[in-house]
Amino acid sequence: MLRALHIEPSQCTGCLQCEMACSYENTGAFNPARSRIKVFNFHDQGRFSPYTCTQCAEAWCQLACPVDAITVNAATGAKEVNESTCVGCKVCTISCPFGTVNYDSATSKVVKCDLCGGDPWCAKACPTGAITYIDADHEGMTKMRAWAQQGLGEGFSRTAKTNAPVEKSVQTYVKG
Amino acid sequence: MAWAQKILRVNLNEGTVKSEPLNMEWADAYLGQRGLATKYLIEETDPKCDPMGPDNKLIFATGPLTGTMASTGGRYSVITKGPLTGAIACSNSGGYLGAELKAAGWDMVIFEGKSDKPVYLYINNDTAELRDASHLWGTSVWDTDKQLHKDHHDPLLRVACVGRSAEQGCMYSAIVNDMHRAAGRSGVGAVMASKNVKALAVRGTKGVGNIKDPMGFMKATEEGKKVLRENAVTGQGLPAYGTQVLMNVINGMGALPTRNMSEVQFEGAENISGEAMHEPRESDGKPNLTTNAACFGCTIACGRISTIDKTHFTIENKPQYWGASGGLEYEAAWALGADTGVDDLDALTYANFVCNEDGMDPITLGATVAAAMELYKIGAITKEQTGGIEFNFGSAEALAAAVEWVASGEGFGKDLALGSKRMCEKYGHPELSMTVKGQEFPAYDPRGVQGMGLTYATSNRGACHLRSYTIASEVLGIPVKTDPLETEGKAALVKAFQDATAAFDSSGLCLFTSFAWSLDDVAPQLDTACEGGWSTEKLVEVGERIWNLEREYNRLAGFTAADDTLPKRLLKDAANVGPAAGRVNDLDKMLPEYYELRGWTTDGVVTDETKARLGL
Repeated sequence: MLRALHIEPSQCTGCLQCEMACSYENTGAFNPARSRIKVFNFHDQGRFSPYTCTQCAEAWCQLACPVDAITVNAATGAKEVNESTCVGCKVCTISCPFGTVNYDSATSKVVKCDLCGGDPWCAKACPTGAITYIDADHEGMTKMRAWAQQGLGEGFSRTAKTNAPVEKSVQTYVKG
Repeated sequence: MAWAQKILRVNLNEGTVKSEPLNMEWADAYLGQRGLATKYLIEETDPKCDPMGPDNKLIFATGPLTGTMASTGGRYSVITKGPLTGAIACSNSGGYLGAELKAAGWDMVIFEGKSDKPVYLYINNDTAELRDASHLWGTSVWDTDKQLHKDHHDPLLRVACVGRSAEQGCMYSAIVNDMHRAAGRSGVGAVMASKNVKALAVRGTKGVGNIKDPMGFMKATEEGKKVLRENAVTGQGLPAYGTQVLMNVINGMGALPTRNMSEVQFEGAENISGEAMHEPRESDGKPNLTTNAACFGCTIACGRISTIDKTHFTIENKPQYWGASGGLEYEAAWALGADTGVDDLDALTYANFVCNEDGMDPITLGATVAAAMELYKIGAITKEQTGGIEFNFGSAEALAAAVEWVASGEGFGKDLALGSKRMCEKYGHPELSMTVKGQEFPAYDPRGVQGMGLTYATSNRGACHLRSYTIASEVLGIPVKTDPLETEGKAALVKAFQDATAAFDSSGLCLFTSFAWSLDDVAPQLDTACEGGWSTEKLVEVGERIWNLEREYNRLAGFTAADDTLPKRLLKDAANVGPAAGRVNDLDKMLPEYYELRGWTTDGVVTDETKARLGL
């Protein structure tokens, strides 16, 4: 089963435990500045949003790399940067449409999320479930389910509780 | 070890900065943050100095766990001599700045002297420099924050700064970081502005990496987080309602000081409660509360982020207030609301936004407005002072005008900016100031919660709930339930809470963890992070040492046992309604026992034996 990081921004409180966990796993220090997942704070809107690499199936960064330093981990599907091959040219940071491959001046190489070899620390550290590591085929299911539920309205659950067949009029009402 | 082992000394007279090693002997005795910075202050300054003069120093201090994965490990404190009180001031803040300072490689920054022109300190890891702040002077916290981000082309820069109120000498001006978190009390902002320092802007990319036992630390912090998660207060109450979970509870107990503490229950409490913040408004169908938010590293997330109805009279045609910002915490909601008799939730939120925007302590501000309303009620001040505005209890218009005046330092704002003690003295009614050592009370009436009377009277920074929050025991039953109307046993309770709190405040952790954690939960986190054998026993001893050191600072500054008291209103005028009806605060039944338990003389002076025992 291929798994993917699933992010629910509405659950994020901006605590940065994910950034600390990521940087600790990858650099040995609690250092949000070198985290591969970033939480953005939209203060005026009262919103936080964690953001990181989605591990594209056909990855722009991988295609753009002139020295083939980015390879696929067959077990996790992660696009991993081979540090000894990377020449720090940053072409991948330009080619990535999402900005999730970044240059690290401390090492003169690029860094990106590698899913921690299949056990991502950010997801383990997140206290609110804003970041989870789920079956990649189920990505979007939570959102879909929420929309589906929202579409039901209250009428449906009353109907369901009594196991009565769903009246056509109820369905029409729900759609409106 | 989790200390950066480095302090940055900023000489404002010379315009120089230099790096010094942290005194590790002192770190072992005082841990960090509150305790350690107090040690530096008392060693380096004369406690009799003018708080607003060049001889006072201003210290930004982190704790050993600041910037680590320990839950809530993002705190810093500002330590100085407070202008509001003339006592030791220690104001604690969250947000992201503390962790950034630590990630830049600094335990502390000490500002000394006075700059001859406005400056700000820019720290980028090992590089630190004073830069010209003339373009920032005269601007608000929000504008300063915005401008510095622009000047440095760095969206991740963290900024702590003072607003216009501090520049105008407001005695309770705060230092605000990350737009809405504040080192709020005792006027630490005024000290910063008196030195012509507008801001501290920090970028730290080194992180905190020198943990003593990394595996053990990860395990200990994970266990700590589990305790917070499973506790009803830290796991559910605080995230859902913030500290505002208390408004209806305390009001029900008859311990919600109302209209300048002349009453103990507020008929409008429900309208300004944490529950009310969740209710959709009639006007626009949206609730006041937009979301809860965490400070750095915090797995509780009690912070309130609120949005005011755009059509509310306070913000009509003022788009700068249409977005979300830091909303009402319990103490602010009480001071701006119950204490002034105003129950308009959006008006209180507006006043709170302005406190964020221009850096004022909402507790002292609200309580000072309340005192002014009482002065107005008895005719000691009139429309002549208030610029023609009716200054009645319950007036949201008066509150909104007052907060704007203090922010800008205009008109009646000059009187309000003095704090209630000086203002009430000026108008001939010192008895109407609800203060201890010059600092206003927070939101618990000591007639209904007896232990809080002793807490206020003996607090080293003037009236304050955060020096021994006996509400935990007297109301919430943490760690054990005690009767709020009983005085017996409260001396020991207050002492134990004061010592433990001093340890929490010196660690880098947030005191709110102590709803779920005792020092038994903190010790393993510290001990795996730092050298020094940090057991619970050692932490209790360090806490007691810190408390006594602060007490000594105040004695040297001129305070005596006569200052360990409460306003007459709380000692003579009985509560009018509620469960505490007929009661005053029986401070005299608790104070002598407290002195004895502390190992102080009957005059409240730390004895030589106690000093020797604590290594002072």
